[in-house]
Amino acid sequence: MTDNTKKIENNSKLLAWIDERFPYSETMKEHITEYYASKNFNVWYVFGVLAMVVLVIQLLTGIFLTMNYKPSSEEAFSSVEYIMRDVEWGWLIRYMHSTGASFFFIVVYLHMFRAMLYGSYKKPRELIWIIGMLIFLVLMAEAFAGYLLPWGQMSYWGAQVIISIFGAIPFFGEALVEIIRGDYSISDITLNRFFALHVIVLPLALIALIFVHIVALHEVGSNNPDGIEIKDYKNDQGIPIDGVAFHPYHTSKDLVAIIAFLMVFSLVVFFAPDMGGYFLEYANFEKANPSATPEHIAPVWYFTPYYAILRAVPDKLGGAIAMGLSVLLPLFLPWLDRSKVKSIRYRGWIYKFALTTFVISFISLGVLGVLPADGIYVSMARFFSILYFAFFLLMPYFSMIDKTKPVPDRVT
Amino acid sequence: MSETIDQNKRHFLGMATAATGLVGAGFAAVPFLSSLKPSARARALGAPVEVPLGSLEPGEMIKVVWRGKLVYVLRRTSDMLKRLSDVTDLLRDPDSLEADIQPDYTVNEHRSLTPEYLVVEGSCTHLGCAPLPQFEVTPSSDWFGGFFCPCHGSKFDLSGRVYKGVPAPTNLKVPPYSFSQTNVITIGIDPSDT
Repeated sequence: MTDNTKKIENNSKLLAWIDERFPYSETMKEHITEYYASKNFNVWYVFGVLAMVVLVIQLLTGIFLTMNYKPSSEEAFSSVEYIMRDVEWGWLIRYMHSTGASFFFIVVYLHMFRAMLYGSYKKPRELIWIIGMLIFLVLMAEAFAGYLLPWGQMSYWGAQVIISIFGAIPFFGEALVEIIRGDYSISDITLNRFFALHVIVLPLALIALIFVHIVALHEVGSNNPDGIEIKDYKNDQGIPIDGVAFHPYHTSKDLVAIIAFLMVFSLVVFFAPDMGGYFLEYANFEKANPSATPEHIAPVWYFTPYYAILRAVPDKLGGAIAMGLSVLLPLFLPWLDRSKVKSIRYRGWIYKFALTTFVISFISLGVLGVLPADGIYVSMARFFSILYFAFFLLMPYFSMIDKTKPVPDRVT
Repeated sequence: MSETIDQNKRHFLGMATAATGLVGAGFAAVPFLSSLKPSARARALGAPVEVPLGSLEPGEMIKVVWRGKLVYVLRRTSDMLKRLSDVTDLLRDPDSLEADIQPDYTVNEHRSLTPEYLVVEGSCTHLGCAPLPQFEVTPSSDWFGGFFCPCHGSKFDLSGRVYKGVPAPTNLKVPPYSFSQTNVITIGIDPSDT
């Protein structure tokens, strides 16, 4: 017996020993080497994997940031300066974390848009979509909590504005705000608990939800750009004819996407970590000052579409309700969409027109959210807010009357 | 022992166990939720603040911090006080009728204990930004002087009364305060408690 075959035999003995005690091979087969996804995936299908990559970047850099960050109103701002200036490579770790936050949203927004293009939220994938929306909500909370931690001017006043939105809730709004802050104003106490939320509660929730998201996905199988079920056509071994194994086929394609992504990510981290004030706002380079609001308050870019909707309504409670609805409405997409087909490839002009309008409104609201709320901008924000809501509220009607094309049996 | 299973009994026992567990969980949640409320120290830090008015010139405003909140103290000129009645028609709640926004003793046209000194919280009732004092009158833009919130454009007059058609729903809050001496205001204590 050669050394090599002996090694293989020992390995398989070890594997057998493990498999008798833990379903290792079975799990690997079910989720990696024998998980079949459609062979016609296009570039839209890389953003789920990229979101996982960003998550790993955030967890890793986050852990190392906590080793030098101090969650107290006295020390937070200077400890971030200390990380940037005195900790070896601290600037890189922090810029990766701050850039990662923005890229998380870029990737997640594109991932969600993919689902809208190809009807990935439609039956039987409603739960995957709902869990995904919950992930999005937790991600928003995570980003918001994290933004307070550097204790800069925009951290402080941004948190002041967002927490005050809860005060618009009738009857118990003010009491709720006091429980969120743990004080009569945003203070050391608030900073301390936001730190706990940002590094423990929300990341745990995020990881748990992502796990459930993937379990649900692997139960029903991935959608594809044709929006048809590859499980309907299986070969005599019970394998979908149009499917290829996740590993090595999809993983090698994903690797290309990951490398391309990391190139773009590195360009930003090294050459434009503040992205002209959009990834890191300049007002935040100044320590929090509770007695002076910055001239112009705008949230980070990924919240601006919703913020523009909040400002478009000239009423406190009405604005808060409109903003809440704008975040939650996509949750109901599986039931708002009455179309017989999933993919945009086989939908008629009405849906294509509506989706284009939606994308234009969402981006326009995002731009308006960073601009000051006066003059023509307010009217524009109102106009695009109406379009945004119309997309969801009229969908049951226009998706039903839209003329669809015949869907092929097999992927094209 | 009987071979048949009493499903009703099982159901009852199951529900009774779940209900007991829920009550227990409810009680156990109390300390955790209570710990989120402002602590004893946070409440103690909300002690009254004394503001000497001696050096405050007419038309001048000072900012003080009470309970971590910004409070504006403005000494109004007679001209400013005259202007209060000019804007009444433009205001949402000119007579301060909305409850819980100011103590009863400041429900009057100047919203203060004495007409001269205005004491209001420097926190916009919309989303909590600090409104900017802009006291000079600019007839070109119909501005009669008052407070302007840079965040979302809410406007308040020289008594902190909110204008119509702005996102802020109510007048600026008036904290409880009293004159502890002739020229000293104590924020956080009602006149009846002195």
